[in-house]
Amino acid sequence: MEKILTDLVLSPLWYFAVARGLLVIVILMSISAYTVLLERKASAWIQGRIGPNRTNHPLISWIPFVGTFLAKGGFIQPAADGLKFLFKEDALPGHVRKVYYVLAPIIALAPAIVTMVMLPFGQLPGGQIITLCPGADVGVLFMFAISSLGVYSIALAGWSANSKFPFLGAVRGAAQLISYELAMGLSVLTVFLATASPNENNALSLVSMVNAQTGAWNILFHPVAALVFLICIFAETNRHPFDMPESETDLVGGFHTEYGAFKFGIFFVAEYSHMIIGSSLFILMFLGGWHILPWMPTIGSGIIATLLGLGAFFFKLCFFLFFFVWVRWTIPRFRYDQVMRIGWRVLLPIAVLNLLAYFIWYALRG
Amino acid sequence: MAIKIVVRRPLTFAERTYLPQIIAGLKVTWDNMMRPPVTLQYPDERPTIPKNYRGVPTLIADTNGREKCVSCQLCEFVCPPKAIRITPGEISETSDNAHVEKAPKEFEINMLRCIYCGLCQEVCPEEAIFLQSQYSLTGLTRESMVNNKAKLYELGGTLPDNHHKWDKKKEEAERQSHEGH
Repeated sequence: MEKILTDLVLSPLWYFAVARGLLVIVILMSISAYTVLLERKASAWIQGRIGPNRTNHPLISWIPFVGTFLAKGGFIQPAADGLKFLFKEDALPGHVRKVYYVLAPIIALAPAIVTMVMLPFGQLPGGQIITLCPGADVGVLFMFAISSLGVYSIALAGWSANSKFPFLGAVRGAAQLISYELAMGLSVLTVFLATASPNENNALSLVSMVNAQTGAWNILFHPVAALVFLICIFAETNRHPFDMPESETDLVGGFHTEYGAFKFGIFFVAEYSHMIIGSSLFILMFLGGWHILPWMPTIGSGIIATLLGLGAFFFKLCFFLFFFVWVRWTIPRFRYDQVMRIGWRVLLPIAVLNLLAYFIWYALRG
Repeated sequence: MAIKIVVRRPLTFAERTYLPQIIAGLKVTWDNMMRPPVTLQYPDERPTIPKNYRGVPTLIADTNGREKCVSCQLCEFVCPPKAIRITPGEISETSDNAHVEKAPKEFEINMLRCIYCGLCQEVCPEEAIFLQSQYSLTGLTRESMVNNKAKLYELGGTLPDNHHKWDKKKEEAERQSHEGH
């Protein structure tokens, strides 16, 4: 027994798992942090401003050219932002329900990190998939199951804060997230109906979805589904124009009004992580994943092809994150009743009809 | 009065999908993004001050270096927030400027009170006080925010003066005394 335990503790699998876990957190946190920077920079450009361009560290500013470039681009700003959240007093208001209040940000971030584990990013020369949790073929089902848990964090945060505006934000947020999940699922189903063959073992795997897009990308054959899915990602990530739970103009800060310091920071990271995961899903399902262009044969071979694929995926991801930001600083927020109307009376029927249409098409084609 | 009824036309299908509008909006923000920023990074870059800018009130000297203020105290009286305090003084007989009526012994403008209205400049019969281009004024104590005479002349410097009123008066007086009136 003791030997088994020591073997288990000393087994390299543990270190591997811990290292991977750390990797997920580091990657997710840094991409989120730099998305925040992108948000600040892009909003500045749109509004004719410059954006963060001063933050620097003596060690970095000492480097000629590079130091000034990093400061001008605001590349050290995320570190300052993160440290600010970390070192602020972590106040616990007296009127909150403490356990749930502390639990809510954790529940916000955990699903984001867990779904990240399942994302495939690219393909190694041998056909092996680059992902943080290889071998799991639950794919998109797992993604939707876990990422939907994020609604609990909003509900818990709003309720445990024990004050008016967070509660309103939470109610709106919960209703919105649940409403848009339906249309989202149906639009995804349309795509899987097209690509997955019935006899396949892992029909819902994202990898086989990407492999099916070696030729045409799904967005070309499923534009309606892509549009519905895109709108639903915006709603699911609580981004403009669907930022009902936050809507700072009418609800102070929405569900996280009572949060400060690092707990607020975690909500922030969770929002951006959801953006990353949402965009990755869109890229994997509609934009050909790590394929560079539709109908384009793989360039190079071996490790070069892998790197190019990874680069293509990362480029698409960056574009999507930029798109999220761009949309946010372009259009105003929908009214709450408009959000509900779009979700239930527009997107859901469109998704259903779209699914039916493809269903009939495949049935007729045989 | 004729009443014009504005017909509120129902939204077209395209408008009701919001999508063309959103795309148009995205184009607008994209164009904005491509424009250079309008930000002036203040302490590093300074704005260009227009000529008629009303900044900190200052006292000026004429082109001969004579202080133009004759301490008539009109500015002190007109000053709405009572920021100006003048202590009038005599000009000594031996001075080059003995032909001028008076000069201020002390002239203080409390910049904590000043509202930059420019009434002092407007009212001054000697064109001695001007609101010039200085716009950034800071101090660590209340006392340091009171500009005394020396500071006011230092800030003011010299402005072009075509009148030389007192010199002309002096010449006129000399001419008349020669003619024996």
